[in-house]
Amino acid sequence: MYTQGLSNPDAPAPAKAVEDAGLAARFQDRVDAEERIEANDWMPEAYRRTLTRQISQHAHSEIIGMLPEGNWVTRAPTLRRKATLLAKVQDEAGHGLYLYAAAETLGRSREEMFDDLLSGKAKYSSIFNYPTLTWADMGAIGWLVDGAAIMNQIPLCRCSYGPYARAMIRVCKEESFHQRQGYEIMVALCRGTPEQKAMAQDALDRWYWPCLMMFGPPDGDSTHSDQSTRWKIKRFSNDELRQKFLDALVPQAEYLGLTLPDPGLRFEPGAGDAVKDGAMKDGVRGHWRHGPINWDEFRQVLAGNGPCNRERISARRRAHKDGAWVREAAAAYAAKQAKQKRAA
Amino acid sequence: MSDVKTPNTPLWEVFIRSRNGLAHKHVGSLHAADATMALQAARDLYTRRGEGLSIWIVPSHAITASDPADKGMMFEPTVSKVYRHPTFYDVPDEVGHM
Ligand SMILES: [Fe+2]
Ligand SMILES: [Fe+2]
Ligand SMILES: [Fe+2]
Repeated sequence: MYTQGLSNPDAPAPAKAVEDAGLAARFQDRVDAEERIEANDWMPEAYRRTLTRQISQHAHSEIIGMLPEGNWVTRAPTLRRKATLLAKVQDEAGHGLYLYAAAETLGRSREEMFDDLLSGKAKYSSIFNYPTLTWADMGAIGWLVDGAAIMNQIPLCRCSYGPYARAMIRVCKEESFHQRQGYEIMVALCRGTPEQKAMAQDALDRWYWPCLMMFGPPDGDSTHSDQSTRWKIKRFSNDELRQKFLDALVPQAEYLGLTLPDPGLRFEPGAGDAVKDGAMKDGVRGHWRHGPINWDEFRQVLAGNGPCNRERISARRRAHKDGAWVREAAAAYAAKQAKQKRAA
Repeated sequence: MSDVKTPNTPLWEVFIRSRNGLAHKHVGSLHAADATMALQAARDLYTRRGEGLSIWIVPSHAITASDPADKGMMFEPTVSKVYRHPTFYDVPDEVGHM
């Protein structure tokens, strides 16, 4: 999801054979007992490293994620839409900051993480490397991208690492407005003129596949999942989350009168679907199955060759550089005030 | 760009009183150059939806924390002194609620 680059660790970790086996076993027992791990608790180096990478990538995604939507703030069709989009983008900045703070508890400073993003060393979600061409993209992003993010983030509220789990609880409370404002934009367009409806369809056509890719590679290919599952960082597999997302998505698209751009999409009935009005239990309900995903496109975007990779990083670098004088002035003022206070 | 390291900005802990009558509660942390800016940033970051009526910010380095490794030694007395709880005492049923 927001941490798809996990399978490309920056440097292979030196095998820490020296790590105390007793401590490691006790750590795993605590995790198994659903205890939360806190910042100053003992933890295996690999757990610390995995989480630092995952949480910082998630933070970077929130920050870079402001750019595609920021593109439309000044061109929103009404004041109401402008105010809500602005509030949504501001929330994403907040999400980035909660997450940097959570990652910092593991020992890496926010500034180091910023620099990793700006140098291109750190990854962020592939989804934010697609362009926002029309106003309908604001609808599609809120509905689909935030919708996919919610699927991913709800189980993270129960992540074994306390500071990450707490950040996610805050984030999830705020996300639901994001998805609803996006869907509302889609409803308005779909009830509008044929041109407006066509615009909504076009946005769905462009965002559907990248959103399915957001959940990351299929379960068979994902190398980090097993360990993350044992550590209770990950509660559901990529494919499980993608499935939940798709099952929720199909009726929502149907309500809008839009067509998912997936000729392979089909419903696979479950054992319970034949039972009329019967109490349907989980596992007997059928599922919507998507057609084949173009994983080559996903790999290309992650590797830096998506439509907007270069633009996103250069926009971020420019903003960081343009803000340098503000950081310097604030630091100088704070130093001066502190000095005067000492003298007084 | 990548060769210039971004200088660190001080870290602050944020506490919010959600309504009168309740205590300030830790909600998270943030970076800011000084206390005034930290307070403004805390307003923007942690109270976008009416979460509070009052904010405290504290420099993170000013906090002294207990060591989780000393947990046993630190908190053992509360475990062994069960007579500090009302349920430890037998009061005859006839007496009623006490
Ligand atoms: Fe997000
Ligand atoms: Fe977010
Ligand atoms: Fe969001």
